[in-house]
Amino acid sequence: MRGRGFWAAMAAVLAAGLAFTALADNPYYFNATYVVLQALIMAVAWNILGGFTGYVNFGSAAFFAVGAYTTIFLQKAFDLPLPLMILAAALICGLIGLGVGYLTLRLKGVYFAIATLAMGIVLETLVNNWSYVGGAKGTYMLTPDEHLWFDSYSEMLFMVMLILALGSIAISRALSSSRLGRGLAAIRDDELAAECSGVPTLRLKLVSTTVMGAMMGVAGAPYPYFVTYVDPLSAFNLFIAVNAIAMPMIGGTAHWAGPVIGALLVGSAQEVITVTISSELNVLLVGIMLVLFITLAPQGIVGLARRHWRRRP
Amino acid sequence: MSALLEVRGLAKRFGGFTALEGITLEVAPGERLGLIGPNGSGKTTLINCVSGALANDEGRVVFEGRDITRLPPFRRARLGIARSFQIPKPFRSMSVLDNLRVPLEYAAGTRAGQRRAGDEAMRVLETMGLAARAEQNSAGLTQVDMRKLELARAMAAQPRLLISDEAMAGLSGTEVDEMLEILFKLNGTGITIIMIEHIMQAVMRFSQRVVCLDAGHIICEGTPDQTVANADVQRAYLGA
Repeated sequence: MRGRGFWAAMAAVLAAGLAFTALADNPYYFNATYVVLQALIMAVAWNILGGFTGYVNFGSAAFFAVGAYTTIFLQKAFDLPLPLMILAAALICGLIGLGVGYLTLRLKGVYFAIATLAMGIVLETLVNNWSYVGGAKGTYMLTPDEHLWFDSYSEMLFMVMLILALGSIAISRALSSSRLGRGLAAIRDDELAAECSGVPTLRLKLVSTTVMGAMMGVAGAPYPYFVTYVDPLSAFNLFIAVNAIAMPMIGGTAHWAGPVIGALLVGSAQEVITVTISSELNVLLVGIMLVLFITLAPQGIVGLARRHWRRRP
Repeated sequence: MSALLEVRGLAKRFGGFTALEGITLEVAPGERLGLIGPNGSGKTTLINCVSGALANDEGRVVFEGRDITRLPPFRRARLGIARSFQIPKPFRSMSVLDNLRVPLEYAAGTRAGQRRAGDEAMRVLETMGLAARAEQNSAGLTQVDMRKLELARAMAAQPRLLISDEAMAGLSGTEVDEMLEILFKLNGTGITIIMIEHIMQAVMRFSQRVVCLDAGHIICEGTPDQTVANADVQRAYLGA
């Protein structure tokens, strides 16, 4: 997608979102789309490290949860407005991401993946034992009274999430189609060859993990206001991490549009199944789709589409 | 001191195994140096230490009068040390053209150079005879084209020193000639070349000077004719 078309599409989606809040008033719609958008940001973020750079992160839920708990802490301590909390979550999770980036110095492939998984467990244990933010029994968050010009707080949260999602997509696209993006792809393809071609691999990996971490923190920051009750079990839920991996894999990891397509498709299907059949079944759905795509179409939907267009004259 | 590359007293150990010891070597600007030796003698380890892929345990590496012993590989690449790999390592997800854009965009350094990277990459591909493959995915190349790409990527950013690690292994006679011609052409533009090679006929034709390694030590250094005539080289490598 060329520059002008991309930004026009972004503006159109934003306008459609605003129109949606003005027209619809069934709160379910906003809750459902919020969940999809949250998964979309997580998928886009995961793909920056997992797809562009080639380092598989199993600890996505930890970044998400730290984002959520940043909000809880700041609300209890200072009662800050939401935008500041999102910013703080981005900062803290970006720093954790930076730390994870240094792990790549010694850990590659599956060992890196295990380390990120372990990091999630360590952070969850910390939060479990931190009574100020509720400890293991969790904490309630009161929804603030004011919600700008929107009809309800959930409508406003939906709009916040939409803006964050569009921002994430723009960042991911800018990363992938630049000199930096080619550097990341070179690292993914062959780290030593990249380094010997003049690519500062450590610096680029640090950028990649930091942006990923910050983005996931941003996805988690509004979460406490959305669910109003947060405990470590729900915030550090493995399903969040699995979704963040599955959605880009299904959509296609090599292209910025992959995680977007994957998240919209899988996320919507999950919502539909949760409502019409059962919430357990949507876990099964992700599992089956992931297995099918990895075995039959490892390049994801983007890869399938590319092959299809190439075959035509 | 006018040497382009100086290696002084270099040693590299892997645990208890000494891969290189007491390596001292000078390469003059514009020189064509052949590096030979039996498998496991330390040729690739030596160039890994020169390009920075491995950190040496002892000794120093000096490039254009500057001590680069502690510099990471990407800094050495930017100073002008380029290498190809024994087993080609193309950036498999990229087109042939983009493979060359990476070193051009990163090793070149200047903003203007980065903007010209696309055109420059195409020009390099033309000199290497790969122009027709520019848009093709690099993972699908034939063996000889893969080796050419490996060299093309190494020399794309106009390095001062090019280290070619067995660029001709497994190629046919005419393909070897083709690669030699490319290397001669590069050398003609002023690029110093260190060539690691097992094909003796290619080494003899190409090198002005040959260094022979055996078990981590330099056992002989001289003109190609002197080297082949050397008794140690015959015993250790040529098997005469």
